[in-house]
Amino acid sequence: MLYGILRAWAINLKKGEGKMKEQLDSIKNQAEKELSTASSLQELESIRLKYLGKKGELTSVLRGMGALSAEERPIIGQIANHVRSFIEERLEETESTLDRKEKELKLGQEVIDITMPGTSRGFGKRHPLTQVIDEIKEVFLGMGYQIAEGPEIELDYFNFEAMNIPKNHPSRDVQDTFYINDNVVLRTHTSPVQARVMKTQQPPIRIICPGRVYRSDEVDATHSPVFHQIEALVVDKGVTMGDLVGTLKVFAKVLFGEGTNIRLRPHHFPFTEPSAEVDVSCWGCGGSGCRICKGEGWVEILGAGMVNPKVLRECGIDPSVYSGFAFGLGVERVAMARFNIDDMRLFTENDVRFLKQF
Amino acid sequence: MKVPLKWLKEYVDINVTPQEYADALTLSGSKVEGIEKQGEEILNVVVGKIISQQKHPDADKLQVTGVNVGTGIIQIVTGAQNISVGNYVPVALDGSLLPGGKKIKKGKLRGIESEGMMCAIDELGYTRYDFPDADENGIYVLSPDMLAGKYCEDGASGGELDSKVLGMDIRDVLGINDSVVEFEITPNRPDCLSMLGIARETSATLGTKFTKPEIRVLETDEEASACAGVEIKDAGMCPRYCARIIKNVRIAPSPSWMKERLRAAGIRPINNIVDITNYVMLEMGQPMHAFDLDKLAGSKIIVRGAEPGEVIETLDGSERKLEPGMLVIADEQRPVAVAGVMGGSNSEISCDTTSILFESASFNGTCVRIGSKKLGMRTEASSRFEKGLDVNNVVDALDRAAQLITMLGAGQVAKGRIDCYPGEVPPRIIDLDCAAINKLLGTDIPREEMIAILKRLDIHVDESAGKITVPSFRMDIEETADIAEEVARFYGYNNIVPTLLEGKKPTRGVKTFKQRVEDKIRCIMTGEGLSEAYTYSFASPGVFDRINLPADSELRRAAVISNPLGADYSIMRTTTIPSMLEVLSTNYNRRIEEAWLFELSYTYHTNRSRISQVEGINEKGLPYENETLTVGMYGGADFFRLKGILEQLFGELKISNYEFVRESGNPIFHPGRTAAVVINGEAAGTIGEVHPDVLENYGIDTKAYIAVIEVEKLVSAAGEKIQYRPLPKFPAVSRDLSMLVADDVTVKQIEEIIRQRAGKILESVTLFDVYKGKQVPEGMKSVAYAITFRADDRTLTDEEVGKAMKKVLDGLKNNLEAELRQ
Repeated sequence: MLYGILRAWAINLKKGEGKMKEQLDSIKNQAEKELSTASSLQELESIRLKYLGKKGELTSVLRGMGALSAEERPIIGQIANHVRSFIEERLEETESTLDRKEKELKLGQEVIDITMPGTSRGFGKRHPLTQVIDEIKEVFLGMGYQIAEGPEIELDYFNFEAMNIPKNHPSRDVQDTFYINDNVVLRTHTSPVQARVMKTQQPPIRIICPGRVYRSDEVDATHSPVFHQIEALVVDKGVTMGDLVGTLKVFAKVLFGEGTNIRLRPHHFPFTEPSAEVDVSCWGCGGSGCRICKGEGWVEILGAGMVNPKVLRECGIDPSVYSGFAFGLGVERVAMARFNIDDMRLFTENDVRFLKQF
Repeated sequence: MKVPLKWLKEYVDINVTPQEYADALTLSGSKVEGIEKQGEEILNVVVGKIISQQKHPDADKLQVTGVNVGTGIIQIVTGAQNISVGNYVPVALDGSLLPGGKKIKKGKLRGIESEGMMCAIDELGYTRYDFPDADENGIYVLSPDMLAGKYCEDGASGGELDSKVLGMDIRDVLGINDSVVEFEITPNRPDCLSMLGIARETSATLGTKFTKPEIRVLETDEEASACAGVEIKDAGMCPRYCARIIKNVRIAPSPSWMKERLRAAGIRPINNIVDITNYVMLEMGQPMHAFDLDKLAGSKIIVRGAEPGEVIETLDGSERKLEPGMLVIADEQRPVAVAGVMGGSNSEISCDTTSILFESASFNGTCVRIGSKKLGMRTEASSRFEKGLDVNNVVDALDRAAQLITMLGAGQVAKGRIDCYPGEVPPRIIDLDCAAINKLLGTDIPREEMIAILKRLDIHVDESAGKITVPSFRMDIEETADIAEEVARFYGYNNIVPTLLEGKKPTRGVKTFKQRVEDKIRCIMTGEGLSEAYTYSFASPGVFDRINLPADSELRRAAVISNPLGADYSIMRTTTIPSMLEVLSTNYNRRIEEAWLFELSYTYHTNRSRISQVEGINEKGLPYENETLTVGMYGGADFFRLKGILEQLFGELKISNYEFVRESGNPIFHPGRTAAVVINGEAAGTIGEVHPDVLENYGIDTKAYIAVIEVEKLVSAAGEKIQYRPLPKFPAVSRDLSMLVADDVTVKQIEEIIRQRAGKILESVTLFDVYKGKQVPEGMKSVAYAITFRADDRTLTDEEVGKAMKKVLDGLKNNLEAELRQ
């Protein structure tokens, strides 16, 4: 457009006008040339000053406009403004180009070795046993169970007698017990918590009891005098063994994977009748036999059964109205299975290199 | 319970492989622990007869023998000294296998070819314990009588015997060729501690026929009751005592079949009388005892409680002190046996014995259990009696023993039984409530099927009355739930259709506040980089010295385990600090640079009792259990890192009213680097650098830091509600303040003055530098703060802030002699 104006204007050119026009023209050409070779923002600034500054060339040309006639002045003024804005536009354009180039250059110099290690103080880890317990809690909280707790040093009454294991009963041999005195024991299972809940709460009851338990076993790779159990108890009207089997199935699938099957074998526990030991299909081989299941295809993981009516009666619940099921498992055993740990002692050794793996 | 299958098959048909059998029985409730195949490791070992014997030409100690192994005569070079021509011996042929994977091949011994090896008993994987007739230091020379008895009709020998036995597989000859199934029998099923009990379960599982042995006793005319008498003093302790008298006793080894069966079941054969009592115990489940009748004073058996001061020497040769409460068998003068546990030497059978009194009795299980526990003797007999045995089996077992006496030619059975039965109990009758059974199981099993199952178990069902009579060998069956188990076992536990508490009232699965606080603690601790430890709740009484506790410390009053695994695990811990130190020490000794750990666990205190929580039950005897958060760190840690972690914890638990109060008297910690943690004005724990002496006791050669906090205090102080505070609308003004104060002035003192003096517009006080050294006079330190002011409702003026700062400065000067630095 500028060229169009210049051409139109040239036709009407008079003498005085001609000289100024030439000047402006050369300023424009000169500036354009300089701008096209400018290579830094600094250079650009000096170009700006040279043409547009207070003492700049364009400014001084404009100052000379006073010598022009009243007719000529607007025409030349218009041309001068066009030249000015042309230079300004070009300055801006060049500036942004240079700007981008300079940034690119800077970024280019800021390359880092992204293969260097990340930095973080890092989280600590919940103990693998806590992780298993938490996971089991999660499953049962979702099914409407509460988490019940009780003392580790327990009355013989709650640990044994209320669980249908009278004094001097051969079943006591199965659980080698630590005694504080004749009436006080280190609980051998978390079942006393069940008795406490049944004695203080009316059905419906749905609880799990996680906790530390004690048996007089010498320490080795698969035994520990201190270990953890989680037991579950449901008491309500019309609870069936089918409900027990169904619950165990859900539980096994959550814990060991969707494809897990369970198998119940009749067994004897004084506190349940009927009683069962529960195997899950081996997570190592899926049932075809491997090192984990010692070729059996099944791994024993739980004890379960329908709450013995004697236990219900002892805890003040009428077995002709209510029935219930209970089951329990060893947390260490599940954790060992889960994480492929072959020595129980690692759990209590607390080597941070072990703990950090979970 | 070890069950040799060949023996078992005498009573029940087994039409499946041993493995299938084991699986089936396991799923019907008789858990199989394993199957042992006898003689599995022996191959190609046969009976041979030595027909020639010469000295080895080049070796004094070797002999060259010719041995007839049935298929021909082979040459064997041997070093054995106990053999001679005519001996029958086990011969491992060329290419044979012996236990332990040993292979026998022909080869040369000092230049003479040897085509096999004669075997000693241990080379066959057995000992003289199993085969008492084997030579102690040489080849097992087989008794021709044994061979003849086993393989020839009339005990013929010579050529006939040779043609029958030479070349025979040694496993068949010695009867070590059976599959032995080992069952785990639960304490409620003492009936299954017998071949007949297992046979009954087998029959019910496989649906095959169960045949009990036919018991017939051949008696003489002499009346047993004329030979001896039995008296029971307490029917509660001994409901029934039966005896038979055997005269003209001939003590001899038992026949091979009996020895083989006993051996397979894990019992050592001794002589015919002892073997018969053991055999009957295994077959029928009833322990028996044989007394030498001539040694019983007054020919009398008296079943009574032991008297104070009585002593007996038991069959194992040890002298036992008896106590009242133990049940003994006595004659007119003295105890002759500990009832149900072990006999006494004073009435023991010997080779001179001519008359025997066989005991088959029913003793109270608890009574036997107490006696055996007190004496520290558990025997095959006591472990059966204590589970409660069938009172009616007593008679059958006794008669079976008498029958075997005649069968083995071991003596003559006098007429009749002496049966003292004061404690007769009527049979137990229970309703067969099929609906209740199905309701409990969640099944729909038809009544007929239930009845069929019960009948297979020898449980009598009166179908019209709908009642069952519990057999006396199944005293574990008491009510409907027990019958339901029997039905379910054979219906198949795995045929029960799974359901999920359908139609039951829903319940809420929520954690308690305490449980949520515990979760939060774990979350914050792990977020701060600490990993969770689990340590034993036991401790050694020695730990108190290791952590420098004074002798009169309350913490030394621990609950003591009366039967610990050892001194190291003999008390319940009253503090978690030693456990944490142990963990730090383990890590440190493994050259791990840094260990940051925490634990949530309990300590146990006898000086405070548990509050009873269940109506009608006194829980005062239980120690108080105190949940504790323990934090332990070494490597990259210091007091303030640990303090920061606790502050973070308190912050996240919304606990604001806490302080750290300097503590110097705690012997576990550094006297200048310890603080009591006070929450809501109550002591809640301790934080500090571990005392160097204690660290030394644990072999930790670096600084370590420990904090212990009572979780209960955290739970009661923790707040749950979070209330939002509006964000500030007006700008803050910040001023830095640097001062010199005396070394012993704490930053807490300084901050208290700043807070007091700065007025309402004070927003925060942040310590940013504490400096000692160059340009700071000795005994002084430079402390610098950034103090921020802000008002909620206006922009503060310089004048306002200046005024507040002046007050602060004056306060610091006047109270702490602080010198302002520029």
